[in-house]
Amino acid sequence: MLLLAPFFVTRFYIYILSVIFVTALLAMSLNLLVGHGGVYQFHHAVFYGVGAYTAGLIAAKTTWPVWIGFCAGPMVAAAAGWVIGLICVRLNKLYFGMLQISLGSLIWIVALRWYSLTGGDDGIHGIRMPEILSSTVNVYYFLLAVVSVCLVAMFLIYNSPFGVTLRAIRDNPQRCEAVGINVRRHQLLAIVIATFFAGAAGVLFVVLEGSIFPDMLFWVLSLEVFIMCLLGGGFTFFGPVVGAAIMVALRTFVGSVTEYWTLILGIVLILLIFFLPEGIMGINFRERARSRSRRAAARASEGADAAG
Amino acid sequence: MEFNVSFSGLIIQFLVGLSRAMILFIVSSGLSFILGVLRVPNVAHGSLYMIGAFTAHTLAMAAGGGVVGFWLAIFVSPLVVALISLLAERLLFCHLYEREHLMLLLFTFALALILGDLTKLTWGADYRSLVAPPFLQGSVSVLGTPFPKYNLFLLAVGPVVAVGLWLFSSKTKVGKIARAAAVDREMVGAIGINVSWVFAFAFVLGCFLAGLGGALVSPTLSITLGMDHTIIIEAFLIVTIGGLGNIWGAMVGSLIFGISQSIGILLWPQFAIVFPYLAVVIILTMKPTGLLKSVW
Repeated sequence: MLLLAPFFVTRFYIYILSVIFVTALLAMSLNLLVGHGGVYQFHHAVFYGVGAYTAGLIAAKTTWPVWIGFCAGPMVAAAAGWVIGLICVRLNKLYFGMLQISLGSLIWIVALRWYSLTGGDDGIHGIRMPEILSSTVNVYYFLLAVVSVCLVAMFLIYNSPFGVTLRAIRDNPQRCEAVGINVRRHQLLAIVIATFFAGAAGVLFVVLEGSIFPDMLFWVLSLEVFIMCLLGGGFTFFGPVVGAAIMVALRTFVGSVTEYWTLILGIVLILLIFFLPEGIMGINFRERARSRSRRAAARASEGADAAG
Repeated sequence: MEFNVSFSGLIIQFLVGLSRAMILFIVSSGLSFILGVLRVPNVAHGSLYMIGAFTAHTLAMAAGGGVVGFWLAIFVSPLVVALISLLAERLLFCHLYEREHLMLLLFTFALALILGDLTKLTWGADYRSLVAPPFLQGSVSVLGTPFPKYNLFLLAVGPVVAVGLWLFSSKTKVGKIARAAAVDREMVGAIGINVSWVFAFAFVLGCFLAGLGGALVSPTLSITLGMDHTIIIEAFLIVTIGGLGNIWGAMVGSLIFGISQSIGILLWPQFAIVFPYLAVVIILTMKPTGLLKSVW
């Protein structure tokens, strides 16, 4: 259906769909950590930005073919993810998130202040793309292809023994540690994978918009992506795609009517929290853990009764 | 990089950092208090700080500026912020305490979005600035270098708030209950205390401090949309390096943050904001749970 979309809808909607693809890939990559890994990656957008800046700078400042930038983007992002992950992974939950925010903010500051290289707070606009990626429809198909490949790869990872182990770590890190799983190494590998895909999303953003700017690395975007995961349902595989689509659609369509679209977004979020907490948002780590421990307790007391 | 920094310049910069730290302390102690009692990172804290600053400006202008307007702004705008937070808490937030923590986080984010846009709706996107009252204008001479009087005022206010908060939380009954609820909320509920109201109180007090910080900072910078984004990240990092929920930790974190930034301006102006973040990275790598004891 998405393949045929360009034949039926206007260029504007093709563009919106393209934005959704890029955002969805970013949200999916974060969800690999938050939803499946139980890793509180609070500042995920940094790697999106690193991927975009790598591709953008190679396209704008060097004479190398852009494809080199496209390949380098995710790799540099993954490398950054590896370094930052290595430092953070020893910490738990909220502390992990906080250290990650401050390390990520260091990269953000470099992008913001290194005027001669990155263009500072203006960023760089009008990055030229190769001939084949000049029409909206071609870009659309390119994004669709890349995002599909990435999603398939993520789905394979999700169902691989590694993915299963990761979810086991999320649900009970102590037990995993006890049965001999190297929890930190698994989480670090998950971070590298997730940041790789975030970098890929960043590259796609450059393809789509032809520009890079420091807000891509700002923590507000990270929070937005985090919210997309929660909104769509962090435990489901495709949840973040839904979350991203809702977010982009809200921004585009409500944003075109009123400049106060975040007000509407806030109200929608509150309505969802109150009326659909389990619906689109299936995230309930502790709820699950609690019901599991309750069941275990019931079984234990049954056993005790039987014994007594 | 050039190092032609005079000794008095260093002292002045240190004092500027110290007075900046006082603002950071007032805001982050409120955040820390909420984090300690409710266990929720209040993302809306920055928005409330911003509303505090805008309200202070409006009140001061309404009172015709001058000394009366200034005191009115300082004392009343935190109350306005507290009222807003009380409404949000009693009407919406208090129904969510039984929920998953990420839901609470999501709620405060939604609140931040709403408050941010309401601020834009009420005050518009213009820059504003509040003029300090005559007795706090100008500067005094410290080692022959001028130092703004208003910063001196901040240096006095910060410790007053710190001691007040400490006295409150360690000497009064309400404060003790709040601290107890931070440690073990089930037990506090079990001995017949209405935990929901304790939470409401802690939330409102924390937001009051955000408003106070916003009001106090308004004469030192331009009041604008987006000031919430800067402060909230700084406050979060301060609370983390200080130890979650620990008021004195918030003080230590603020001092580190404020001073490293102002000394950074001397060393490498272009990348001055790197320094506090570097300090956070160093501290958290060495001592992951923060410098002082966390209440968690």
